[in-house]
Amino acid sequence: MEKFDVLDGIVAPMDRANVDTDMIIPKQFLKSIKRTGFGPNLFDELRYLDVGEPGQDHSRRPLNPDFPLNHERHQGASILLARENFGCGSSREHAPWALLDHGFRVIIAPSFADIFYNNCFKNGILPIVLDAQVVHELFEAQHATPGYRLIVDLQRKAIERPDGEDISFEVDEFRRQCLLHGHDDIDITLEDADEIRVFEQEYRQRAPWIFAATGS
Amino acid sequence: MAAQTLYDKLWASHLVNEREDGTGLLYIDRHLLHEVTSPQAFEGLRLAGRKPWRIDANLATPDHNVPSSIAERRAGVAGIEDPVSRTQVETLDENCAEFGVLEFTINDPRQGIVHVVGPEQGATLPGMTVVCGDSHTATHGALGALAKGIGTSEVEHVLATQCLIQRKLKNMLVKVDGELQAGVTAKDIVLAVVGVIGTAGGTGHAIEFGGEAIRALSVEGRMTVCNMAIEAGARVGMVAVDQVTLDYVKGRPYAPGPDTWDQAEAYWGTLYSDPDAHFDAIVELDAATIQPQVTWGTSPEMVLPVDGLIPAAEDYTDPTHRVAVKRALEYMGLKPGMAITDIQLDRVFIGSCTNSRIEDLRSAAAVVKGKQVASTIKQAMVVPGSGPVKAQAEAEGLDKIFTDAGLEWRAPSCSMCLAMNADRLGSGEHCASTSNRNFEGRQGYGGRTHLVSPAMAAAAAVAGHFVDVRVMVDARESV
Ligand code: SF4
Repeated sequence: MEKFDVLDGIVAPMDRANVDTDMIIPKQFLKSIKRTGFGPNLFDELRYLDVGEPGQDHSRRPLNPDFPLNHERHQGASILLARENFGCGSSREHAPWALLDHGFRVIIAPSFADIFYNNCFKNGILPIVLDAQVVHELFEAQHATPGYRLIVDLQRKAIERPDGEDISFEVDEFRRQCLLHGHDDIDITLEDADEIRVFEQEYRQRAPWIFAATGS
Repeated sequence: MAAQTLYDKLWASHLVNEREDGTGLLYIDRHLLHEVTSPQAFEGLRLAGRKPWRIDANLATPDHNVPSSIAERRAGVAGIEDPVSRTQVETLDENCAEFGVLEFTINDPRQGIVHVVGPEQGATLPGMTVVCGDSHTATHGALGALAKGIGTSEVEHVLATQCLIQRKLKNMLVKVDGELQAGVTAKDIVLAVVGVIGTAGGTGHAIEFGGEAIRALSVEGRMTVCNMAIEAGARVGMVAVDQVTLDYVKGRPYAPGPDTWDQAEAYWGTLYSDPDAHFDAIVELDAATIQPQVTWGTSPEMVLPVDGLIPAAEDYTDPTHRVAVKRALEYMGLKPGMAITDIQLDRVFIGSCTNSRIEDLRSAAAVVKGKQVASTIKQAMVVPGSGPVKAQAEAEGLDKIFTDAGLEWRAPSCSMCLAMNADRLGSGEHCASTSNRNFEGRQGYGGRTHLVSPAMAAAAAVAGHFVDVRVMVDARESV
């Protein structure tokens, strides 16, 4: 996983509540067996005017001129500004993969759906929860300022606005460390392999049927 | 010891260790896999040279991409017409073979939707921690298990370590007392709950469903309720163990045999919330007041009783809600003030992990028996949730009742629940669906989904529009 430390990036808006994972990446694109290549289909139904299918040449598809990500001023954006309950719906990790593939490393919203929030960290994306009013102000500032940028500093747990003002944010310390160092969760857990084995031994006494239930 | 909730008990009994920052390493008993969210996890294992930690904890079955057409199924995986779907199913077969994971392959008689298969086989049991790369994993909580949906990175993590790094959730109790009216089902309960608490109401919580009306449900009905916990924002939905649970589990293929049954039963008997356990939130509903429910919008919380009228954006004070309602009305092609019963339908889908078990099919069959699907309905399909459900329904003659009435009888898969196989809505079409999500495009680009119970879907198929199933059934009985 790529490390996350400080990011200075262009902000793009996704101004609607309850953006679900079907909207982030429609299901016809989940058939890939890879982790990459989902970027062109991020928000597919909103972004293009035709119906998206896997394997198309996306550069030839008609773009929806009203969709912010298609606007010149949001090209190269790495910070997505969103509303309540972003990422609700399915557990598909294809959603953060698509966001990452498109170039987003930070998503700012008043709230996130649980599974999506969790999936972001596993993929080097930092989801930031801010007060709804603060998010609203960011939307307004972004709207008013072409090329609007923010500096997101995970070391300091702060977002620096163009006027120099800081907005601090909270993030779970374990997840922060993982992001800062690009740690793989599995390696961290396997450091406790002996403890897992001890647990299993004791558990086997307590609930032997768990270990007998299936066999391949 | 302090009074504990069911969730507290399940959490504590699976905790390998707890870090200072409050995250815990939770041991996973059962890991279910399907073809959509697992390929990248197996690939990850391969790249890192890792082996599954405890191979017999895993059980796989393909469901999302598997065709529901009985003809297309005959040739097995090779017969899947869509090459991309075929690759995904083949990849699951190859991965399971390579790593030694037990898989019910496409035409295995036990194959089906992963959330129907687990409980049916006794592969998910009370007291277990159950995970699957699928948000509807909460279904298994109906057995008194701690079940939750995970992402693909976590699928890999569970394969490699048999554990997950988790933070403890808060406890929420949804208590449904009183008695349901005839014709009102588990699906109506959970749609009403989502309507009350909203799609984000349960975020960060494990929901325990309790109360008389939940106790009165079969395990199948409880699964319908827990299945949609995620639609209320909660990753975990649960029902305490009681005699109904034990009777359901006994004798299933992977349930404990005579040598361990008594020990298991004694433990399972402790899986309920202590009377004075603390819940961070409590929501109470009176079952007697719940009417058959129909969703009208593009979020499961946009739901009304069947006799309701479509709302207007102006009915809402919160500006975010207003925008959402306006957009939903546009997408759904509905006008404020219109009666739910005036919504004309194009297709009907009875299936999905919410409502494709035998009791769902029985309830739909009872409604359509001796009737005909309305001539304005382009397609009405019934997709059983698993091979055993299909076989049971056929043994009871339900398939005949459906086909006589003009509904299609299909093979087990997720089918039109998310339209990853060929079953989907055309743009602008309205569908009465027993599935769980009515998001834009979920059942096909531009498709308009209305979530209902199997009985309500069946009644709508006959009428061509929504109708209160209670009226229809009474009418039949009075003839
Ligand atoms: S039936 Fe629908 S909700 Fe259930 S697992 Fe399949 S796609 Fe997901």
